[in-house]
Amino acid sequence: MGKSVVRLTIDGRETAAAQGSTVAAALLNAGLTELRQSVNGEPRGPLCGMGICFECRVSIDGRAHQKSCQVLCADGMVVTTE
Amino acid sequence: MNHVSSDVVVVGAGPAGIAAACTAARTRQVTIIDDNPAPGGQIWRGYGQASGASGGGDWFSRLRGIAAQRLYSSRVVGLGDSPRTLLVERPDGMMQVCYRDLILATGARELFLPFAGWTLPNVMGPGGLQALVKCGLRVEAKRIVVAGSGPLLLAVAAYLRKHGASIVCVVEQAPFSALSRFGKRLVQYPGKIVEAARLQSKVLGVRYLTGTWVEAASGGGRVESVTLVSHQGRRREDCDYLAIAYGLTPNVELPSLLGCEIHGGKVSVNDRQQTSQPHIYCAGEPTGVGGVDLALVEGQIAGAAVAGDRRTVESLSPQRERWQRFAAFLDEGFALRAELRALAKPDTIVCRCEDVSLERLQRFDSWRAAKLHTRCGMGPCQGRVCGAAVHHLLGWDPESVRPPIFPITVAALAAFGNHSSD
Repeated sequence: MGKSVVRLTIDGRETAAAQGSTVAAALLNAGLTELRQSVNGEPRGPLCGMGICFECRVSIDGRAHQKSCQVLCADGMVVTTE
Repeated sequence: MNHVSSDVVVVGAGPAGIAAACTAARTRQVTIIDDNPAPGGQIWRGYGQASGASGGGDWFSRLRGIAAQRLYSSRVVGLGDSPRTLLVERPDGMMQVCYRDLILATGARELFLPFAGWTLPNVMGPGGLQALVKCGLRVEAKRIVVAGSGPLLLAVAAYLRKHGASIVCVVEQAPFSALSRFGKRLVQYPGKIVEAARLQSKVLGVRYLTGTWVEAASGGGRVESVTLVSHQGRRREDCDYLAIAYGLTPNVELPSLLGCEIHGGKVSVNDRQQTSQPHIYCAGEPTGVGGVDLALVEGQIAGAAVAGDRRTVESLSPQRERWQRFAAFLDEGFALRAELRALAKPDTIVCRCEDVSLERLQRFDSWRAAKLHTRCGMGPCQGRVCGAAVHHLLGWDPESVRPPIFPITVAALAAFGNHSSD
């Protein structure tokens, strides 16, 4: 379990993640707890973990507002926090 | 746009949806749709590193065995341009899915009640945190407070502990008296007693604080401590994560959009799981939160009903009643205390998408007025998080649902605009 590893780039830094990890898990494992800022500039991170709240949204491979908790990490993926 | 037709479409591939699909597939052609990359729903999350290790084993193999069309990573965002058609967003674009009968098994989400500091990073739902760990989040040596209400708290604490987390305490708002009354009723459900005993051994030594709730979370940049309150007083606990929710609330957006009658936040169904729309059935949590056993029975009943198998429908009816009684015991045992309504302070954010505070909402007397003036519930989550909270805090019922029920891309919206009658 978790033997194979994929490599992705998070905010310009290359990171390894276990195969089967979601992007949200990889972001938190990389030490990013604040994934976005709210309308008033407060730090926000994942809340629901299941694709409801949109607090974990990031840009993935140029597509904005992707729910990182529902996207699996893939080799060469480029993730940018918003 | 891509069009597909299916005899029976099942929306949601959790326990209810899987049971429905497997049962309906005996005589009918089935398509199953889920927004996650794999079936299993939240409870049997079928992807991530822990896939296959989270129960539901027999149902997974049955689902693999049926000749169904499977549309995963696919989200129903609205209705298509002809009757009995769903508009579905897929990773590669939009699709219209046409059905003769529809089974809705859209599950539930966690109920979040606002309190000071609940918007801090690392404050999450217990089910949400568990889902993240199942999908690769590492929690070794992390100090975690698990709080809120419901049987899920202990299960999540056990799971997190198994993955190396240090559980600071489990905080249950229900008083000990109500829980022990609930415990006594479990006698009628021997399987549940075994489950509870097994769970208990996994959380041995963890503090379980009943009649206690989280008043506030604080920290800079992320949660660092929580303030707990009970009739005995207040205390502070340091932590790296706070996992908190007050049970579950049904996902009724799609049933509502389809015109199914909703009563008290639940989809109304008859003894065949048929909604007020004759060709639409509903099973599992949307008809009232009852857990996996009830969901499986309801799913099988819905599947049998669309397959015209009246014998199966009738034979499962006593089981349905039995698990509905269990659900009622749960409701009673974990009923939310009135004090929780006072947790949100005037400046506490209620709508996280638009940063709308309680005091701004309190200037209005309905959802509609508050929405128009504050944009509460109009952000990306479209009221999925704040809707239930607003109902709890202010007693407002959600407004009717308008498509799209999930935000979609502008390109998709363009296609959508051509078909929406609204």
